Parts: sequence; structure tokens; C-alpha cells
Amino acid sequence: MRRWIKFVGLAFTTLTGLACLVIVAMLAIILGNIAINGWSILSWEFISGKPRAGMTEGGIFPAIFGTVVLVLLMTLAVIPLGVAAAIYLHEYARQGSKLVHVVRLALANLAGVPAIVFGLFGLGFFIKFVGAGMDHAFFGGALAFGQPGILWAALTLAVLTLPTVVVATEEALRAVPLSYREVAYAAGATRWQVVRHVVLPQSVAGILTGTILAVSRGAGEVAPIMFTGAAYYLPYLPKKLNDQFMELGYHIYVMTTQSPDVEATKPILYATVFVLLVLTFALNFLAVLIRSRIRRRLRTA
Amino acid sequence: MDRPPNERLLLKGKRRIIETLLETAVRSSAFVVIGALVLIFVFVAKEALPLFTSADVHKEVTLWTMVRPQENGEFVWQPVSEKPKYSILPLAVGTLKVTLVALLIAIPLAILAAIFTSEFAPQLLRELIKPVVELLAGIPSVVIGFFALMVVATWLQDAFGFVFRLNAITAGIGLSLAVIPIVYTVAEDALSAVPQAFRDASTALGANQWQTAWRVVLPAAMPGVFAACVLGFGRAFGETMIVLLASGNAAMMSFDPRESFRSFSATIAAELGEVVYGSPHYHVLFFIGAFLFVITFFLNLAGHWYVDRLRARLEGKLKA
Repeated sequence: MRRWIKFVGLAFTTLTGLACLVIVAMLAIILGNIAINGWSILSWEFISGKPRAGMTEGGIFPAIFGTVVLVLLMTLAVIPLGVAAAIYLHEYARQGSKLVHVVRLALANLAGVPAIVFGLFGLGFFIKFVGAGMDHAFFGGALAFGQPGILWAALTLAVLTLPTVVVATEEALRAVPLSYREVAYAAGATRWQVVRHVVLPQSVAGILTGTILAVSRGAGEVAPIMFTGAAYYLPYLPKKLNDQFMELGYHIYVMTTQSPDVEATKPILYATVFVLLVLTFALNFLAVLIRSRIRRRLRTA
Repeated sequence: MDRPPNERLLLKGKRRIIETLLETAVRSSAFVVIGALVLIFVFVAKEALPLFTSADVHKEVTLWTMVRPQENGEFVWQPVSEKPKYSILPLAVGTLKVTLVALLIAIPLAILAAIFTSEFAPQLLRELIKPVVELLAGIPSVVIGFFALMVVATWLQDAFGFVFRLNAITAGIGLSLAVIPIVYTVAEDALSAVPQAFRDASTALGANQWQTAWRVVLPAAMPGVFAACVLGFGRAFGETMIVLLASGNAAMMSFDPRESFRSFSATIAAELGEVVYGSPHYHVLFFIGAFLFVITFFLNLAGHWYVDRLRARLEGKLKA
């Protein structure tokens, strides 16, 4: 009986350990496969060149450029909003109030909305409602903003990444010891002065984590930008807010599904995937590093 | 921070105006969060509405014709043809098929791994596994889809000789990679939230580590583990790019996981680009989107309700 219990225990523990190993192995296989197949194709010409010959040759510079501009615009929109919402939740609102509860629920649900629904929302709200409304009001009905463009894609992604920013910022606010605030209040500071001069300077790292995670998420999402601004192929780079653009993730999707010659596209496809993966991974890795430092502080606080 | 809500009324002049303005700005950002969620539903549902109200749309499709058998008893999704057919049943079957395969892989793996991390792993290993899962969550879904399409599909076909290169098993494996991180994270949080006293009491009664994990910690964390499964289901149900790339995109009415299929989300992604604005097809696609939103909304609500319940339960027990 004792030996039986011991055996089952060992088997169970081993099984759980194996499950972990399988998950780690899955990650390793994906990374390994893409790194091996993508690395050899990578060159400066590939990074800095334009697609040629129906995307079977050449580089991906327009897609990289589009991704960077898209993510920058998104960051400009989501960071102020996300940080303000986190400050409200943690510094201004009465804890346990109905409104706080509803906002938290809304955030959790927002994070669970399928990416493709954000695409529909971007089309229905930003393009057909806001954009068409702007055309009507400012451009005399001429088509300017009532069509897919980089601004609308960026705003759609901003809504999608909002929960990421709020959650990361709030975690950082929580890591600021209560005593810091009490000292400031005792010295006669107003609530905003406490937020501005005590809490925010202490939470820069957390806000940075949220930003990085949002950027990494935004750079990888394809479904929300398919109908809101991303283009198959463009001979020029986006210059205005209502221009369409090329994007890395969408470029991968297009090359995978619409390529006239799959075998010829495969090497540069692998290289493009590799570039996107390196980009999102470097960002995620950075975020994990900063966050583990914040969490250590949270434990000691 | 709890302070009297109208403390700024004690201030005077410019300072008071500034404080009031800033508080209003910060407070309104909270309403923007709620507003975003409401707007998403309103604007997706708005474009789906003509399916219920417009007589023009009803000439081609109604809610009833989307679910009932068509002439000769078939269920066909063929919106772009001379006589458009809009049966959503093959899409429902495809979505359920791939979701089921993904969950069958992801849930056991993720929950076992969560038990290992919270109960058995030494501190150092724990600090290593969590970031790895976070990195897995950071892989863009288009990359997972690409990998499933290019690599996994070939491996599986070589190993099992599938007739359809792209099928629900291939896509399900890809999809499980997107589901594992969320199930793992929520389940791990729930297991870690079980107070150490539970484990100590169990050990004191002579139980060993695995008995404690299986008979004490896991039952105590059950609502959280269940929430993990519900949230995982929601993630799998709405995922687009992985399924779009690795499903074969054939809307077939078949329950066989070895055959190609098409999901709700992939249908929107594949067809909205070419659809005529305001056509019946356009409204049907938005209807599918609204449907996805509603389903995932309630799954999320249920998931978070269970997480809250777990917290209340553990805290309540601590107080007693």
C-alpha cells in the first residue's frame, strides 16, 4: 500500500512536470524552426528593400515602416488614456464602488473580445461613422477619412490594447508604498500633486512595461487592421493619416495565402516571420525583465 | 487611496479649478473604457440589424433560412454565387470542431503544468516557467497560423496520411498554442491563491505532496480552474488568424476532425474584404461578428464570476 501510494505520487508529479516540458518544447520548436529557416535569408537588402516580382523577391521595408508608424500612432492614443484610467482606478476612485467594479469588468471583457470583432468595430465605427462624418463636415462629402487608413487602424489597435496598458500601469501604482502618499498628503499636497510628483515618478517602469506589451501586441495583430487600413501592396510609403499602409503581420498573411508561387515565396516568407518574431519577442522579453523587477518590489513593499 | 471625496472643495482659487479639471479628465477616462465596450457592441450590432428589419435583405436571407435545411436538405454556405446560400451550420460545426480539438490539447497540458508550477517546482524553476509561458502568449497569432500551415500540417500528413492537408487537427494544435497561456495563467493564479495553511494541515495529517495537490489544493482552487477553462474556450472560439490560415477554409458540414472546415471568425476575415458595402452578405458577416461578441462576452463574464467566487471563498474561509 505504501509503495503503491509512492508510485502513484511519483507518476503524478512526473506527469505534471512533463506537461511543463511539452509547453516549453512547443515554444522551442517554433522558435528554432523559424530562426533556422529565417536567419539565412536575412540581409540588409531584405530589411531595406521593396518587394519585387509579385512579392517573390526583394525586401520588406514598406511593411516594417508601416508597422512602426502604426504602432507609434497607437501608442500616442492608448498610453494617455490607459494611464489615466489606471490612475482613476487606483488613486481617485473609492475602492469597492460600483463604478470601479463596472470599469474592471469592462476591461476584462474588452480583453476577451475576439480580434476580428475589433476589425468590424473599426470599420463600422471609425470608418463608416466617424470618418464618413468628418468627410461630410469638413471635406464637403469628398472621400478623405471615410475609407481605410493608418489612423483608423491605429485607433482600432489602441482600443484593443487598452486593457494591457491599464493592467500593467495599475500593477505599478500598487507597488508604490502607501506611506509615500501619506507623507505627501501630510505635507499638504493635493491629490493631483501626489499623483504627479510622488506616484507617477515611482511607476515609470510599470507604465513602460504596459507600453512595451501593448506595442508588441499591436505589432502582431492582423485581424483588426485587415479592413481598417492595411494594404496588400503599395508602391509608396504612408505620408498622411488617411493613407493605407503595408504591415508585417498582414504581409505574412498575404504572402502565405495569395502568393502566385508558394515555393518561390517560402524563403522570404520565413525571413519576414523571423523579423516579426524577433521584434515582438525582444519587446516581450524586455517587458518580462522590467516586470519581474516591479514584482520583486511589490513583494517587499 | 481613500480620502473624503470632496477634499478639493477645501482648496481655493486656481488650485481648486486645476484639481477639479484634472479629476474630471481622469474620471472620464474610466468612462471611455466602459464606452469602448458599449460602442463595439452597438456599432457591430447596428450593421447586423438590417438582417432583422430590411425587406431587401429578407429577399435573399433571413435568420430562419440561415439555420433551416435548404432545398434537398443540404446546409451550404455559398454567399458569393448566382443564388447565394447562407447556412451558418457548417460554420458552427467547423468552429466547434476546432475549438474542441484545441481545448482537448490545451486544458490538460495547461492545468497539469500549472499544478507543477504552483505545487512541485522549486522556486528557481518556477521563475523560469512563468516567463516562458508569457513569451508563448506573445507570439503573434499570424505566426502560429503560419507555423501550423507550413510545418505542423506537413508533419501530421506524413505521420498519419491525412487526405486533407489542412484540417481541424492541424488547426486545433495551432489554436491550442494560443489557448495554453490563458488557461495556464488563470489556473496557476487560482492554485497559488490557496492559503499555505491548507497544505500544512494536509501534510500534518500525513498526506504526501501529490495527495495534497490532488485532494486538497486542486478542489479548493476549483472555481478558478473552471474559470480558466471557460476563458480558454472564449479565446479559442474567437481566434481568427490561426484558423484562417490552417483550416483549409472549406465550409463543409462534417464532424470529422480530419477534414477541412471553416470557422465563424475566419469567414468574416476571408469575405469582408470583397463584400459589397450594404449588401445582404455584408450584414450577415456583421451578424456573425455580433454573435461572436455576445458569446465571448458571456463566457468572459462567467469566467470572471468564477474567479471572484474563488477569491470570496478563500477569503471567507480564512476569516472563519
